[in-house]
Amino acid sequence: MAYNWNWEIFLAPSATGEGTYLTWLFEGLQWTVILSLSAWVIALIVGSIIGVLRTVPNRWLSLIAAVYVEVFRNIPLLVQLFIWYFVLPELLPTKMGDAFKQMNPLAQQFIAAMVCLGLFTAARVAEQVRSGIESLPHGQKSAGLAMGFTLAQVYRYVLVPMAFRIIMPPLTSEFLNVFKNSSVATTIGLIELSRQAQQLVDFTAQPYEAFIAVTLLYLLINVVVMYLMRHVEQKVRVPGYIGGK
Amino acid sequence: MHGFDWSSIPGALSFLAKGLLVTLEVTLTAIIVGIVWGTILAVVRLGHNKVLAYLATAYVNLFRSVPLVMVILWFYLIVPQLLRSVFGSDIGDIRMTSALVAFALFEAAYYSEIIRAGIQSVAKGQAAAGLALGLTPGQTMRMIVLPQAFRNMLPLLLTQAIILFQDTSLVYVIGLSDFFGTAYKVGDRDGRLVELLLFSGAVYFVICFSASRLVKHLQARFSS
Repeated sequence: MAYNWNWEIFLAPSATGEGTYLTWLFEGLQWTVILSLSAWVIALIVGSIIGVLRTVPNRWLSLIAAVYVEVFRNIPLLVQLFIWYFVLPELLPTKMGDAFKQMNPLAQQFIAAMVCLGLFTAARVAEQVRSGIESLPHGQKSAGLAMGFTLAQVYRYVLVPMAFRIIMPPLTSEFLNVFKNSSVATTIGLIELSRQAQQLVDFTAQPYEAFIAVTLLYLLINVVVMYLMRHVEQKVRVPGYIGGK
Repeated sequence: MHGFDWSSIPGALSFLAKGLLVTLEVTLTAIIVGIVWGTILAVVRLGHNKVLAYLATAYVNLFRSVPLVMVILWFYLIVPQLLRSVFGSDIGDIRMTSALVAFALFEAAYYSEIIRAGIQSVAKGQAAAGLALGLTPGQTMRMIVLPQAFRNMLPLLLTQAIILFQDTSLVYVIGLSDFFGTAYKVGDRDGRLVELLLFSGAVYFVICFSASRLVKHLQARFSS
């Protein structure tokens, strides 16, 4: 196989005339990180709420939460993304739908991808939060109630903080998944990392350099996130539990 | 608001069924190859050969850190080059081949993690007893440890298969017409994207939801 390696291609001025192809890579990295972090914030907030609702002693609330989890877990992420991006603007009241469609294309892609990825991941976070709460001894809740806390206070001060400390390791892997799943946004044209990989192939005709560079950047994200989360995990682990010392 | 018009779906059902077949073909191939290759990786990782164990670990970690989209694109780049160097320039449509290779090798990494945990869940005494009876380490693994391990991890393997079934929709990035790709094309052709996307979402939901109920049922039976 005769392939002409040319790593200097990244220093060549890009086709758009702004910066080099290296700039494209960093732009992609930037969008991947921004998209993933903002989706993760949504996932944590919505996921905690849904996860808590699944455990509350109210049949309707826990049913709603269960339906949420099943819907978001049993439809492929790609299909969900297309529904957010192509379908929802049509179903909204005409005014809102049009307002969305008149936005800057990049903003449209970003909002759709962020909401989609956030709510998709929320279902997985919710399952972790639920299992964390269910793993706590029943006495914790009873003790809280016996102390005169309301149910909401028991959740707020006792169950949720403990649950989060216990589920930190699985949350780390969900966090890593967000970064990987953000690559699906390439399908609606958001210029994140894997989109840039394809663009670089089209513009530079150096596919291996482009793919290797992007793959290394994804590995880098992984390493950084794992390193940071290991510190967090050590800080918050609960003495007496598995993994805690 | 949008006026729904579902009329383009009945006529497209045969297309969609063909797409579903592609989806199932990719899914089944990836399950079979993934479990076989994943078992080999898991056994090697737990084995005594340090170099092989290290290579297997590197393989698994690499595939687990890279997004599936990138893996699919990678193999769409590599597979044609390899095929061309073996079979000459006339290799036809390689999208299906490269998707099959990508999914099989990618899933093997995930399956190997499940299988490794499954092997480790088998009590140590079982392997010791096998060895004491005069079985070779290979026989002990094959006839004593793996059968019990697979029984323990069956629910997890099936859950992973459901995730895989959903993930196959990502062949969209190389333009392969699986179930979702077909639905998208029909919707685009007829100007009925909204209906076709909702329809495909509903089909995925029904299949995956029923399958996950079934797994839960199995799990309850196995654990009793």
